[in-house]
Amino acid sequence: MNLLKLLDTMCPDTNSPEEKDMFFSRREAFRQFGDLSKKVAMAAVPLGVLTALPKVAKADTESLIGVLNYALTLEHLEYRYYQTGVESGVIEGADLNIFTKIRDHELAHVNFLTEVIGNVLGGMPVAEPEFDFTAGGNFSPFMDYPTFLALAQAFEDTGVRAYKGQAGNVMESDVVLTAALSIHSVEARHASMVRRLRTKKGQDTVKGWITNGSIGSLPAATQAIYAGEENVSHGGVDVTALTGIDAAAVSEAWDEPLSKDQVLGIASLFLA
Amino acid sequence: MKNELIKPKGLVTNTNRRNFLKFGTMSVAGAGLLLMGCNDDDDMMPPMMEGVSLGSGDIGILNYAYALEQLEAAFYATVLTGGYFANASAEEKTIMGDLEKHERAHREFFKAALGSAAIADLEVDFSSIDFNSRTSVLGAAKTFEDLGVAAYNGAGQFIENVDYLVIAGKIVSVEARHAAAIRDLINPGSDDFAGDDLIDANGLERTLNFTDVLTAASTYVKTPIDFSQLPS
Repeated sequence: MNLLKLLDTMCPDTNSPEEKDMFFSRREAFRQFGDLSKKVAMAAVPLGVLTALPKVAKADTESLIGVLNYALTLEHLEYRYYQTGVESGVIEGADLNIFTKIRDHELAHVNFLTEVIGNVLGGMPVAEPEFDFTAGGNFSPFMDYPTFLALAQAFEDTGVRAYKGQAGNVMESDVVLTAALSIHSVEARHASMVRRLRTKKGQDTVKGWITNGSIGSLPAATQAIYAGEENVSHGGVDVTALTGIDAAAVSEAWDEPLSKDQVLGIASLFLA
Repeated sequence: MKNELIKPKGLVTNTNRRNFLKFGTMSVAGAGLLLMGCNDDDDMMPPMMEGVSLGSGDIGILNYAYALEQLEAAFYATVLTGGYFANASAEEKTIMGDLEKHERAHREFFKAALGSAAIADLEVDFSSIDFNSRTSVLGAAKTFEDLGVAAYNGAGQFIENVDYLVIAGKIVSVEARHAAAIRDLINPGSDDFAGDDLIDANGLERTLNFTDVLTAASTYVKTPIDFSQLPS
């Protein structure tokens, strides 16, 4: 059941006819939001013009703010991780361009989501939490490069699954969905690069894509990040049975979502 | 409308093909595609080819994805038979072998999911790709993978059924993983895997609309594709 579809029947949450006139149907309002911000948000300019958006039912805005604050929390984590890594000197010189680029993308995501939550949706963007990337003294990512790479892979693969898990929760807003998809594929590019880099360095045998839900040589604590990635059935179609392609390859060909609770369970390991 | 197809070439060659395709009608799109076929062989009329219609709503979008997956699957199947692959490094052989299986799996999935609503098999044209050349094959792979990501990212907003949206999401991130790997093979160790040519200052990857994607794809597809009923 799609929660936001259900909310259609509850909109608008107003009393008087005059007030009702102020509200578009929510779907229509978000369509307009979409049209507007396609021109603006994608062009990396201030989003202030979007404050003139048509009013929408409060519940929907609250829901979007909640999802985007969840995404922002993860982006804070990623940005702080790479920023600390770049500053620490742990990254090998030849790879610095890769992680500087990834760091820049995560910072851009932090800024973009902060802008959308605060200035477009009128919400309160979450502040950056305090992180403990040693996870209670278990890891030394800023002193040991293989550990840095291993956690980078863990964060990127988690990010891909986290965004995917929210697609259905933002689908009523064309612009938020499109922005989320456009961040999601960037995280997937990062994940592919980091995974292959670890294998090129002989630290693992993973490919750019996730095989059978395998954690490879990552610490056992990362198992939850890959749980369910072995799935080979989609929309009721068992693709191995359909095609005769081996299950490993079929599992690689589809990435799986994670719920918010699953992701927060993983991320909580790194909260101070 | 059929006579659109035999409009003298001189009248239309300088017309922007994107504007042509914008009309989205089979005959107009077909004219663009068939005229391309004419270029090598001015003496003969191209054979009339039956087009496919993607349909409307979510079915139309699934057929759109199916068309792109057909193209990608056919491309990698051809790669595996060529001189580049025969002499490729172990790593590149593994990657190309994986991509062939992934795209074939995607194609067969969409075909099964669409059932009787699935479009027919597309006829592809890879004459512009040299399958003995690493540069040519990897360049084409980059085009296909980047195009696939931008297509799914652009189409997501039009999908009504949440289950279809999630399935598209499960596939697009794998296409992005492919794209990053191919880009790294072309320019190893660089930041091209997520290059500024695709990702803007907000950290958002580009999206492409139906017209842009099918115009880019039309270089490699002979079958006219009618996408006029897709949502907008």
